[in-house]
Amino acid sequence: MITVEQLSIRQGAFRLESVSFVVPTGQYAVLMGRTGSGKTTVLEAIAGLRRIHGGRVILAGRDVTCEKPGARNLGYVPQDGALFTSMTVRANLGFALSIRRWPREKINARVSELAGLLGITHLLDRRVFGLSGGEAQRVALGRALAAHPPVLLLDEPLSALDEDTRNEMYGLLKSVRARTGVTALHVTHSPADAERLADVVFRLRDGKIAS
Amino acid sequence: MTEPAHRPRSDVPFYAGLLRLGGIYVLLLAGLLIADASYTPPPQLWAALQSAEIRYAVWLSLWSCTLSAFLSLLVAVPIGYLMSRHRFRGRALVDGLLDIPIVLPPLVVGLSLLILFHTFWGQWLEDAFKMLLEWLGVRRVRRITYDIPAVILAQFAVAAAFAVRTMRVTFDQIPPRREQVALTLGCNHAQAFWRVALPEARRGLLTAFTLAWARSLGEFGPILVFAGATRLRTEVLSTTVFLELSVGNLEAAVAVSLLMIIAALAVLLLVRHFGSERNLALAVEP
Repeated sequence: MITVEQLSIRQGAFRLESVSFVVPTGQYAVLMGRTGSGKTTVLEAIAGLRRIHGGRVILAGRDVTCEKPGARNLGYVPQDGALFTSMTVRANLGFALSIRRWPREKINARVSELAGLLGITHLLDRRVFGLSGGEAQRVALGRALAAHPPVLLLDEPLSALDEDTRNEMYGLLKSVRARTGVTALHVTHSPADAERLADVVFRLRDGKIAS
Repeated sequence: MTEPAHRPRSDVPFYAGLLRLGGIYVLLLAGLLIADASYTPPPQLWAALQSAEIRYAVWLSLWSCTLSAFLSLLVAVPIGYLMSRHRFRGRALVDGLLDIPIVLPPLVVGLSLLILFHTFWGQWLEDAFKMLLEWLGVRRVRRITYDIPAVILAQFAVAAAFAVRTMRVTFDQIPPRREQVALTLGCNHAQAFWRVALPEARRGLLTAFTLAWARSLGEFGPILVFAGATRLRTEVLSTTVFLELSVGNLEAAVAVSLLMIIAALAVLLLVRHFGSERNLALAVEP
């Protein structure tokens, strides 16, 4: 479950006040809003990457408002993937696990499992340079899911993809959700994303949530 | 009536202009090298290398430049990273301060170093250094000023500013988003830096190192003022050129200049080779 209570964020002239919503466990929520409406800011606040002025963030039953991003146990997929370019696809997928000091065999097994789930087994030993947009997003998704987070945050993950790839990704996101049971919050401005994926839709307008 | 079809004018004059203007500078550089090379027949270059003083200068130049380039990286990486990623009070002031060695005449940097070592704290540092040398049993080096440490300090003071600038631009070009993702994956800031930001900055590290090395090799004014030009002690190649010129030995001066050009080219080519995308890729691939 993702619970956001009375979240307020102030940054210069930009303000979000009393943003509240709940995504029930295992549901796929889509947060919509125009460019500049602050939807990415909300996502960053949940991930712990942005300082908040007030309110609470509760993930999977744990109040993480004061926790560092790394202690919140979530997966984050940013807009352009933001893959680690100095590493291979394999190292990207296993990154969270090597930080957690998993033994090598367990990391390898988990990476193979993820690569199978996402259809990127053939890419494992490549560097991330030269991956197509769809491939890069699959790797970013796998990297975020590696440590079995109960919560997945996606920031416009499909906005840079062409029509066909986007359709493939809809199918992939659905199967990932079915296989992992993860609770997802997906930020987008595309009504198609909401239509194809969402169990719940929230709209962010003038600093307020309307569902 | 339809307008006649538009045809853009020829591109030839544009590229001819670019080539002519750019060519002047490239020819000038090539001319300099050719003139130096033709002035010094290989036997003369060889003869210059036989001199004990010049051999010492070559040796001191090579390792002092390498050391000062490493020291430059050691300060450039943290400063570049902090300046690129963080906003703090007094940042503009620090920013200005960091550019001082770039805008100041190098001679003034040397003079300022000398003055610094005449202050109470400078003297204290000098004394502490002497005691350290004694304790370590080092005989070759006796002090900071007018000795080898002064050579390295003078090179470092200027070269580090260029390395700092390079590292800052490097980190500016790496999106902070990648480190943020690393944070969400369980890293603390140190892990995000060592595992994500620094490996992605490797090309910048190489560039900063090369720039600092080359800058150190060319350093002359501050070394002359702060370290002096004592043969077989603080004489580096740029000092040699000056010393040989001042006694009218043009042949040796040109021979040493040529030597510096060869050393600089060798380092640039070496770094380009190891810094190529292919070789860097080999370093991370299994």
